[in-house]
Amino acid sequence: MSVLIFIDHSDGHVKKASLEALSYGAELAVRLGVAAEGILLGTIAEDPATLGRYGVTKVHQAALETLNQLDAQVFARIVAETAVASGATVLVFPNNLNGKAVAPRVSARLKAGLVSGAVALPETANGFVVRKNVFSGKAFANVSVNTPVRVIALNPNSYPIREGEGKAAVAPLKAEVAARVKVISTTPASGQVPLTEAEIVVSGGRGLKGPENWGMVEELARVLGAATACSRPVADAHWRPHNEHVGQTGIAIAPNLYIAIGISGAIQHLAGVNRSKIIVVVNKDPEAPFFKAADYGIVGDAFEVVPKMTEAVKKLKGIA
Amino acid sequence: MKILVCISKTPDTTAKISFTQNNTKFAGDGVQWIINPYDEWYSLVRAIELKEKDPGSVVHLATVGGSDADPIIRKALAIGGDEAIRINADSADSFYVAAQLAQVARQGGYDLIFTGKETIDFNGSSVGGMMAELLDLPFVSLAVKFDLNGTTATVIREIEGGEETDEVTLPAVISCQKGVAEQRIPNMKGIMSARTKPLKVLEPSPVDALTGIVSFELPPAKAGVRLVPADNPAELIRLLHEEAKVF
Repeated sequence: MSVLIFIDHSDGHVKKASLEALSYGAELAVRLGVAAEGILLGTIAEDPATLGRYGVTKVHQAALETLNQLDAQVFARIVAETAVASGATVLVFPNNLNGKAVAPRVSARLKAGLVSGAVALPETANGFVVRKNVFSGKAFANVSVNTPVRVIALNPNSYPIREGEGKAAVAPLKAEVAARVKVISTTPASGQVPLTEAEIVVSGGRGLKGPENWGMVEELARVLGAATACSRPVADAHWRPHNEHVGQTGIAIAPNLYIAIGISGAIQHLAGVNRSKIIVVVNKDPEAPFFKAADYGIVGDAFEVVPKMTEAVKKLKGIA
Repeated sequence: MKILVCISKTPDTTAKISFTQNNTKFAGDGVQWIINPYDEWYSLVRAIELKEKDPGSVVHLATVGGSDADPIIRKALAIGGDEAIRINADSADSFYVAAQLAQVARQGGYDLIFTGKETIDFNGSSVGGMMAELLDLPFVSLAVKFDLNGTTATVIREIEGGEETDEVTLPAVISCQKGVAEQRIPNMKGIMSARTKPLKVLEPSPVDALTGIVSFELPPAKAGVRLVPADNPAELIRLLHEEAKVF
């Protein structure tokens, strides 16, 4: 018996959401008294054995270059076959973009109940109940999984990465790859830090008046090592690319720090960001609804406040 | 070209979220119900655009729901679907829903199946992937752009920190999000014709739900905002660093 964790990676690096999934799966395995094992499709820069420091004793690896590109169908077949062969009773995926493509297929293939968007370890005292986000971050649901094998897709930034000592055994997987989805090209987005993985997000709204004023948002993000985001009206007006739109119909994020500049805080926007640990609002309108959801705020003109915030961060960090 | 667009009924984006029956049911009374925005704005509109380019095409809609879903189905028909199928069942289990929709898809022999990225109530993003597995079809998730050349689809999908361009030969299942199309408002002609377009109601196939909702909870309320004077942003940065310890 085991907990099998899907290790998503890109450009040779294991993604942060996968490290969270590994830590989560390892803790779950301890609680269930079974082994924690990882499954890695494709190749990474480091020795997969070193992933043992996140608590897995074995990493099943199909070390084929072609698997560095996702075909959800191919991936689901290999993961499901490995789960059956290794007697996995729980599969853990990061609920990131690739996880969302593969986990549902594996669930359907194995007829194993899926909880996607999990935010906590399962309660196993009475059945198998996992807490997940519903209503776009406005509520939680406790979901019971009624099948012998369970699939959990863990929301990014919901579980801390636990790093210790240890080396995993690497078990090579034989895999046949007949991908039906052909990857033609990949294009990196303009921002430096991927939005869903960012610990800090600096976001701008209509209050910034136009795309030409985003320099100060980008500068604050740069000094904080943050990703940049925006509200829906900004993306709709093409001031910023749509992949920066956070909110109910955009991306839902849960960073440690979310700084909202010139965003009034409509309920649809809050739905995408209210899982952020700390919310800071800068808005010149003291009645902006966002202040009700914020931890810290400044009522003031963003054009004066934001550059001063950037200066203060630079001073604090001793950077130019 | 036969296109199937899977739609779902969800509470309006501004609906108050609360629960009844000892926190086991969403309090739907007085709530405005809409077509899940990802289904309506992106998959449905893109399907209609494809039909406009290739007038021999048909766009069918499918949903799993009770008769209370009929108003949103009529709206989708008004926007431009040709006919609709409603599986007369209600479930919060994505596998149950996917299995019912896969049955519709199997019988209809569709070239292209669109779902939204996720529903805004259960946020599962799983029905499309599950359908693809049950139908043994390729699946491209979270598309931001979809183009068709014959039976070859070029799909741009979101990846962490960027975009990826994929090619896939139909039939295939695609989940759509912002970028694929622009929201359309139904016109009077569409609304009138929607009344007489076929809406077939089918009884569900026997499928076991794999999961069930035990209870709902609302997140704890925030303690309240701490305001810093506008002339002292450095104090805000100090608080974030020393008190909140977020960097």
